[in-house]
Amino acid sequence: MAQNVPTDRRNIISGIIIVVFVAIIVRLFYIQVIDSRYKLSASNNVLRYITQYPARGLVYDRNGELLVSNKAAYDLMIIPRQVSPFDTTELCNVLSISKETLIASIREARIYSTFKPSILVKQLSSETYAVLQEKLYKYTGLYVQPRTLRSYPRKIAGHILGYVGEVDERTIKKHPYYQLGDYIGTSGLERSYEDELKGKKGVNVYLVDVHNRIKGNYSNGNFDTLATLGNDLTCTIDAKLQEYGEKLMVNKIGGIVAIEPKTGEVLAVISSPSYDPDLLVGRVRSANFRLLDSDTLKPLFNRAIMALYPPGSTFKIVNALIGLHEGVVRPETRYSCDGGYRVGRGVGCHHHPSPLNLIGSVQASCNTYYCNVFRNIIDNKKHGGVEGGFSNWKSHVESFGFGHRLNIDQPNELSGTVPSISFYDRYFRKGGWSSLTIISLSIGQGELGTTPLQMANLTASIANKGHYFTPHLVREVIGTDKNASRFKEPIYTTIDSTWFKYIADGMDLAVNGLPGSGSTARIAAIPGITVCGKTGTAQNPHGNDHSVFIAYAPKENPKIAIAVYVENAGFGATWAAPIASLMIEKYLTDSIARPWMEQRLLDANLLNRRAKKN
Amino acid sequence: MQRRINILRNLDWTTIFLYLALVFMGWLNIYAAVYSEEHNSIFDVSQRYGSQLIWILAALVIASVILLVDSRFYFVFANYIYVALLLLLVSVLIFGVEVNASKSWFHIGSIRIQPAEFAKFATALALAKYMSSYGFKLFRFSSLSTIAFITLLPAGLILLQNDTGSALVYTSFIFILYREGLPHWVMLFLAFFIVLFIFVLVFNKFVLLVILFGITMLLFALLSQKYRDSIRFSLGVLGLGAILYGASEFFNLNISLYYLLLIPLVIAIPIALIYAYLNKIRLVLFLLFFLLSTLTFSFSVDYIFHNVLERHHRERIMDLLGIESDPLGYGYNVNQSKIAIGSGGLMGKGYLQGTQTKYNFVPEQSTDFIFCTVGEEWGFLGSSVVIIVFVVFLLRLIRIAERQKEAFARIYGYGVVSVFTFHTMVNIGMTIGVFPVIGIPLPFFSYGGSSLWAFTILLFIFLKFDSSRRD
Ligand SMILES: [Zn+2]
Repeated sequence: MAQNVPTDRRNIISGIIIVVFVAIIVRLFYIQVIDSRYKLSASNNVLRYITQYPARGLVYDRNGELLVSNKAAYDLMIIPRQVSPFDTTELCNVLSISKETLIASIREARIYSTFKPSILVKQLSSETYAVLQEKLYKYTGLYVQPRTLRSYPRKIAGHILGYVGEVDERTIKKHPYYQLGDYIGTSGLERSYEDELKGKKGVNVYLVDVHNRIKGNYSNGNFDTLATLGNDLTCTIDAKLQEYGEKLMVNKIGGIVAIEPKTGEVLAVISSPSYDPDLLVGRVRSANFRLLDSDTLKPLFNRAIMALYPPGSTFKIVNALIGLHEGVVRPETRYSCDGGYRVGRGVGCHHHPSPLNLIGSVQASCNTYYCNVFRNIIDNKKHGGVEGGFSNWKSHVESFGFGHRLNIDQPNELSGTVPSISFYDRYFRKGGWSSLTIISLSIGQGELGTTPLQMANLTASIANKGHYFTPHLVREVIGTDKNASRFKEPIYTTIDSTWFKYIADGMDLAVNGLPGSGSTARIAAIPGITVCGKTGTAQNPHGNDHSVFIAYAPKENPKIAIAVYVENAGFGATWAAPIASLMIEKYLTDSIARPWMEQRLLDANLLNRRAKKN
Repeated sequence: MQRRINILRNLDWTTIFLYLALVFMGWLNIYAAVYSEEHNSIFDVSQRYGSQLIWILAALVIASVILLVDSRFYFVFANYIYVALLLLLVSVLIFGVEVNASKSWFHIGSIRIQPAEFAKFATALALAKYMSSYGFKLFRFSSLSTIAFITLLPAGLILLQNDTGSALVYTSFIFILYREGLPHWVMLFLAFFIVLFIFVLVFNKFVLLVILFGITMLLFALLSQKYRDSIRFSLGVLGLGAILYGASEFFNLNISLYYLLLIPLVIAIPIALIYAYLNKIRLVLFLLFFLLSTLTFSFSVDYIFHNVLERHHRERIMDLLGIESDPLGYGYNVNQSKIAIGSGGLMGKGYLQGTQTKYNFVPEQSTDFIFCTVGEEWGFLGSSVVIIVFVVFLLRLIRIAERQKEAFARIYGYGVVSVFTFHTMVNIGMTIGVFPVIGIPLPFFSYGGSSLWAFTILLFIFLKFDSSRRD
């Protein structure tokens, strides 16, 4: 018995091997002899795989206006091994390319692979394709692959819509869905919503005979897959407002962000100088990209979310709110100002009535007042020393969305900077700094860096009396129930909502105060609409001050909150305020009642102020 | 001199002839797979057939060297060879280059070496040495765990290189254990869990529960002969399920079918236990254990599949089981491969006449998918001949293994059989869509120096043992 065991097992193992391979032979017999799906009638027939590229999803503005659409284009493909000699002159004429280019492309394709298809000529127009189609039978080994390209009916909002480009090797390795020559969103919404917009490729398998003619679907389409269209997006942009803002910003450098406070929906994002998004489509793309990329004014750079500016005097309202919340200043607290704060290095102030209470200090933007408020906050005994006071101040500031990304649905958003204790410990030394050494934070200068988006978000938080919604650019991915719940949750600042009404009143008076009362932004007033605003003039070590203005309107039922930065343009009231005012008017009334003001802005060219220092 | 003559006389020339036949057919197919009218010389080393010719010549040199070394060398140094290969596997993780997302290659000049290929013969040697040691008993915890350790250590290192296919090869060593006395029921048990694994992925949870419950009741009925009780019991569980279903519909509770069956089953367990106690039937306990362990197993498979496996593994498995089809995704390779093989028909299109494999529709067609070229150009008849040669080769190896007098040589021989069987079965299986595409080469056929040399070493060490068995 014991001796039989090995023979048994030997036979069982041999048996298993025989059974497995007999099964494989049976399966082979089925595939090769019985199942006719895999047959090719003659050995001369070849299969041709034509990828069905789905059109990318369209993008609409908040009112259903088309912002991004598609147009047809055709790639001429080549399978070098199938090519037989042909009349190159004729083909070159049809394609309007030089013979050298054609020969070079064929050589390149041959080097890549003689068997695999490569693109011979990219993105032919429909017209060229129509001519080519009739002659294609003469060129074996060449065929046409339909594609779609982006097109921009309104030619606006290039920065946030973004662009598509050919996918790179690294992405292909990481996501095998993509193949060489596929397009992928590389910036803006095209990138943030790539998964929604791209759809799903399909493939058609055709039988092709020796004369380069498609004889029909292979195996009745059993191996075909349908392409699925990309999902359309409804974005939150108001096309008219966006277009108007871009128009006002021509010949100026800067960024504008407008938000609907109730929802966090972004109404307009302007970064100037901007560019026509159609420039980055099709065969002209790479040349135009190089041109835009080398422009010293950096038109491809989205200043609205990627540029850091000091907030300037607009930041006083944050300090006012922190002071009120911490109880170190009361609405009726008055400080007198005789043209500046004279402790330490001192901070100068402009001429205005004195003394002022809190509302008046917002209205007149008194520097002295905020030096006092800021020192009260930092030196508050409750927090035991400068460091305690400072970190309390910092956490309040960060609750407004400063110093970190707001996580808008755009790539490359900057987080901005709020200085930290360790920064000052390094910059001075531990224990070597006080509320006085960092006093410039009181008026929004110093080590603060904020994006226009963060400033617009601050404005929305004030309009909402203490909370904001994550700013976002897409309201809906059409055809999906995918709702981004993170955009629907209110985010609360650490400031009690009761204090916001004083700020609102101060911002109201800054715009709508009587002449001579110290109002800083009377130019922003719109007849019939209560605009609340705050000017800022952000000092800039590299040149003239930046002109800053934040505002929301109407006061009682805010529908728009806006932040405007114009680089090197000087006082906030001079340029940023009228731009904000016109945009608010445009958005709320859809008309402009102050053509003289509009004309002045359209005519203004502030580009050459750049390098001048005062 | 005398010694060398002995070696030549005692060599198993049948096996060597089969080896040469397979290598030659492999080269013909690599030539066909990359053939193009534009290439002229078959010795063109810039082409794959040219370099494969060099690998083949080198392999023959390696084979001769192996035959010249004293066979005791492999026995004495088995463990050192094993440790050296382990060190190579570790260092490739650190210094290796990544090819197709697997970090398993050394670059030496223009040559690429894949240590994982060579680790197989080293592991087989180490296993053989351990299992043939004096006083070795298979059925000891320490023995089984040492065997598991020897096998799983290289397999784990290879997994870390992200080369799942090569790691799976080590599971084939279960054949050695079976040959050396692992009970039949362990093999049956393994087979059952593999089937269950596939069922978990193919069927939904409810169907699986019905099947498992059905099997349990059927086993009970057949083994205990208590047909009446088993029918009563089944009806009780199903009836309770039906009542729950009615309640769920009436109160609009929307309880899923799965829970409608699971709840009665859980309630039935104590009843079954009382029944078993009263009637003194131990079988019930065994069946309950069976049901619970299979359920736990299917839960964990489900969990691992959806939460632990990476997406591309999941897709390959789903694709293989025909659950999700995605011709441009992972199914694409297999579809292309099936078209190429299928288009070969009975007689094939003739040597160098294939169109599908020529146009590179099949990816990796000279390496992992080399069998496509065989299928397309040589047809069903040619493919069958190739498979039959492989089977004869494998059976011959078994025969040689059985005639060894020393346990060491026999165990090593079964290691050789296991590795060749696994590679051949899985590689051909994946080209025709019956195994997942795990990317392991077809022995002697697939393009590549590392695999050809490694298979040659594996085989010729064994032939050396065989030739010196009468010494
Ligand atoms: Zn003042």
